[in-house]
Amino acid sequence: MKTTLTVFLKEVRENLRDKRTVMSALLYGPLLGPVIFVMIMHTVLTRELDKADQPIKVPVIGAQYAPNLIDALRQQGFVPQPPVADPEAAVRNQDADIVLRIPEDFGKAWRQGETSQVELIYDSSQRDTDGSVDRVKRMLDAYVRHQGAMRLVARGLSPAMMVPVSIDERDQATPQSRAGQLFAMMPYFFVLTIFMGGMYLAIDLTAGERERQSLEPLFANPVPRWKVFLGKLSAICVFSLVSLVISVIGFGICGRFIPAERMGMVLDLGPSFAVRVLLMMLPLIILLASLQTLVAAFAKSYREAQTYLSVLMLVPALPSILLSAMPIKVANWMYAVPLLGQQVGITQLLRGGELGMQQIAMCFASGLVLAIVVALITAHVYRSERLAISV
Amino acid sequence: MIEVKDLHKHFGAVKAVDGVSFQARDGEITGLLGPNGAGKTTTLRMLYTLMNPDQGQVLVDGIDAGRDALAVRRRLGVLPDARGLYKRLTARENIDYFAKLQGMDDALARQRSRQLIEALEMADIADRRTEGFSQGQRVKTAIARALVHDPKNVILDEPTNGLDVMATRGLRQFMRRLKDEGRCVLFSSHIMQEVAALCDRIVVIAHGRVVADETPDALREQTGEANLEDAFVKIIGSEEGLAA
Repeated sequence: MKTTLTVFLKEVRENLRDKRTVMSALLYGPLLGPVIFVMIMHTVLTRELDKADQPIKVPVIGAQYAPNLIDALRQQGFVPQPPVADPEAAVRNQDADIVLRIPEDFGKAWRQGETSQVELIYDSSQRDTDGSVDRVKRMLDAYVRHQGAMRLVARGLSPAMMVPVSIDERDQATPQSRAGQLFAMMPYFFVLTIFMGGMYLAIDLTAGERERQSLEPLFANPVPRWKVFLGKLSAICVFSLVSLVISVIGFGICGRFIPAERMGMVLDLGPSFAVRVLLMMLPLIILLASLQTLVAAFAKSYREAQTYLSVLMLVPALPSILLSAMPIKVANWMYAVPLLGQQVGITQLLRGGELGMQQIAMCFASGLVLAIVVALITAHVYRSERLAISV
Repeated sequence: MIEVKDLHKHFGAVKAVDGVSFQARDGEITGLLGPNGAGKTTTLRMLYTLMNPDQGQVLVDGIDAGRDALAVRRRLGVLPDARGLYKRLTARENIDYFAKLQGMDDALARQRSRQLIEALEMADIADRRTEGFSQGQRVKTAIARALVHDPKNVILDEPTNGLDVMATRGLRQFMRRLKDEGRCVLFSSHIMQEVAALCDRIVVIAHGRVVADETPDALREQTGEANLEDAFVKIIGSEEGLAA
């Protein structure tokens, strides 16, 4: 125990003196996530809000053929703009989100009681324009329904004739669950923070120490290697943990700057969220620290270890990518799969769904078992003769 | 007292050490001389239990290294071929770290590291971070770190490698002092002048085997060469890898 503590304290002290490690573990690593996140969310949400509130400007070709239509649209917040010469090109070049074209015979068809035609020109591959297109379509629909009803009434018929079935939509999405969809990438931010927090240490304490040729003198001391390994592992874990705590607090603070409630969402990143996230993530800290040490033990140099670890960094992203690419129904067994469990668990928390102590315990236990297995394997590798030898 | 009995070690098809036996007695300096690649470092690595021999036995003060490696390491002070220091720690912190790993209490560790810093004349660098140390300063720190627990047996792998004349002289004096304190000093070298000047006993290794194990005088007599350099060349059978 004393040996492990000695190694632990020395590694912590030595690494606190390394600017790069401290900056990456305690500053960039944990805070970059929340800051980027808030910036993205803020931009996205603000733009959505702006678009919904503001009048929509649409170039209209042939406005003079349907003055009544334009007047009706104007009342719904539609601001007709002067026509553009080549609407197809304008839409493709993103000069306009959508263009409305009214043909010359609009009025003639209208007067004869036939179906008049208008054209909407837009590019659905520009996702940015979805909102504008939807709004213009809804405005036109409202006008069409209204005029249709007027025609029926003029002929002494009830407008209800045209609506044999009316559809009432009851969307079960709660404000939280809408927020959850947007925040599905948050669990990966946490995993990444743990990874970044421990990475420099993991490399430095095994591959780095061997490269600097200090591992051989270290192992000449009368201490079992597993105790040395345990001390080093603890140092990595503490750096990762501090990193994660800073990150969780960072999200808690930054979360206040996201205008989620204006979109009708509730975003709770407060203390109870933070504690539950930490609880689920704890075993991952040990797991990732062991895994990083294991990889660093196989690398021949610092540089090689860095290369391997940046590949390893992508592995924890798999559950996030998988779940966002094909949304699977959340099942209880998922909590028993390390990484996937944390992903699902945190997403549930953000959606405001059910997450009992049982699921958190499952997450914790399964992660811990895997962490111990990997730690034992790494301890075994640490015993190998070749580990200490630099050349 | 270090006893080595019939050590073997191979890496793949290469027999690095192929039946090495010798003794290093207390109060003597024993030199392990051999050309580069003769198996000196591998032999020493088996002595301080970094590697396990394929065959053979290492006894340190009568303790079998294969049975109780930790007890053996407690009795050894080792300056390995790799002398990496922790460059973000000061020289004194480097020494303290090893004192703690040796299980020494703080008061004793402080006293002992003070003694060593004085004996190695490194008071001026003791509280500087080791980053940017000269080769000589690094070796001094590494030796102080290796001897902090006052070991009875001292193993030094090519201790004067890369040192200038003054530093080499200082180190030789320090080794004589260790001998006068009654310790068993075992060091390896490929420099025959050094071995001749320091050793009570010379063990010559070539191609993983011991080819001679004598006092310097006996070596001269045995080969019939008055000059030690010629004696070595005759024993090893070639001039390859030896430096004057």
